[in-house]
Amino acid sequence: MTGNQKHSSQLILLHERDNVLACRRKIRQGETLSIDGTTICAGGDIGVGHKLARVDLVPGDVVLKYGVPIGSITQSTRIGEHVHTHNMKSDYIAITTRQSTGEDAPTP
Amino acid sequence: MIGYIRSDGRKGIRNVIVVTYLVECAHHVARRIVDVSADMDVHLIGFPGCYPNEYSLRIMKNLCVHPNVGGVLIVSLGCEGFNRAGLQAAVAATGRPVDTLVIQERGGTAATIAAGVKAVSAMKESIAKTPRAPIGLEDLVIATVCGGSDGTSGLTANPAVGKCFDRLVSLGSTCIFEETGELIGCEQIMAERAVTPELGEAITACVAKAANYYTIMGYGSFAPGNADGGLTTQEEKSMGAYAKSGDSPISGVIKPGDHPPSSGLYLLDVVPDGEPRFGFPNINDNAEIAELIACGAHITLFTTGRGSVVGSAISPVIKVCANPETYQRMPDDMDIDAGRILNGDATLDQVGGEIFEKVIAVASGQRSVSESLGHQEFILTYKSFEPVGPACLPVRARRA
Repeated sequence: MTGNQKHSSQLILLHERDNVLACRRKIRQGETLSIDGTTICAGGDIGVGHKLARVDLVPGDVVLKYGVPIGSITQSTRIGEHVHTHNMKSDYIAITTRQSTGEDAPTP
Repeated sequence: MIGYIRSDGRKGIRNVIVVTYLVECAHHVARRIVDVSADMDVHLIGFPGCYPNEYSLRIMKNLCVHPNVGGVLIVSLGCEGFNRAGLQAAVAATGRPVDTLVIQERGGTAATIAAGVKAVSAMKESIAKTPRAPIGLEDLVIATVCGGSDGTSGLTANPAVGKCFDRLVSLGSTCIFEETGELIGCEQIMAERAVTPELGEAITACVAKAANYYTIMGYGSFAPGNADGGLTTQEEKSMGAYAKSGDSPISGVIKPGDHPPSSGLYLLDVVPDGEPRFGFPNINDNAEIAELIACGAHITLFTTGRGSVVGSAISPVIKVCANPETYQRMPDDMDIDAGRILNGDATLDQVGGEIFEKVIAVASGQRSVSESLGHQEFILTYKSFEPVGPACLPVRARRA
């Protein structure tokens, strides 16, 4: 795990090339976050192990985590926003979610 | 570590009796024999189908002569397609005590249960005399699997297991990682770690086979809980899962039931060959664990973020919890708390060291948490495989 002083302690940058950060613990709506020196206010709760955008992202952008591609962006996403199934997709094979099996997703 | 010496030269860390049913119709009788025997070292395994299948016979034979197994009781209804004489002969050839009870010939349910309990009791006396001798890390086959993964798995538990694997491989153990369907997206970086370029091509090919197979099935190896826990795509889950393999060179690719020919790190290709015939490659985590044990695994390191509780028949499962919130909710189901890495309370190297020490303790006879709780899950289903090609096992090819 790469420690990085440029981000709040609740965030981890796994690789210098990455455009997403992972959450070390649950982030609450309204919490102040620092990303590469930019201060932002969390727009919603984001669970431990989830990802948020390190930079502004637009549809078609390849998402990099661990320094490698893990999918691509489907909806415009601002710095600090949650990156997940609502704005990102696989470039290999579609996944199973509770919505796709007809079940309601639990709140994060 | 003191192990049980088997006639084929392998050494076990447990001395269990397995009671195996050969069709679902014999399941109840076999389960009652195990329940009435009321001994943590009498385990239930079995195969549900009535149609014969080469793969399931091979896996069942390998499980029954696994070094952790001291004796075998086969429970048959009588009319099923399973090659019960072949199974009995394979076990007998190793010198292990083995009995077969055929329910239709034994007078039905109650009589067979009574005969089975008696047979298990006699077998316990007989295997108590199994010779014992010191064993070393070079005698151990250690496997890893992940289940109930989430966004923390690839940050804590999986790379910590990778650290443990690196240490085990450097000390002469054999390590196996698997689920090519959960390595989709990692094929190029994985191929670069192969000990020969031809093996690298074989690795790429078996991941491509997995991607094709899962695409035809319409689902990747991805459950709704994975997404709840922050994993968004198959390739993201793959990168996290891949970290379990550590950094050692990859010595070969094996298929279910193959024994690695030397120490080192091996990839188990679990996806069937040919067109999909029998459904999903592995319908749950225990299907993978059973295959790893059939490859000789003495212990399985099971990483979980969401919180799996399973263990296994035959070989102990060590549970490594990735997520600190999950650990708080269910600490009594976990052997190792890897989520401390996220809080900054431990490093990857420290947790890797704890897993290594736990492997030594469990190999020395200490019960893992799932073992103590009585978890002995088991499942075996239909599959079909071609043997691995010569490029998959460079060590064996060099010896030949």
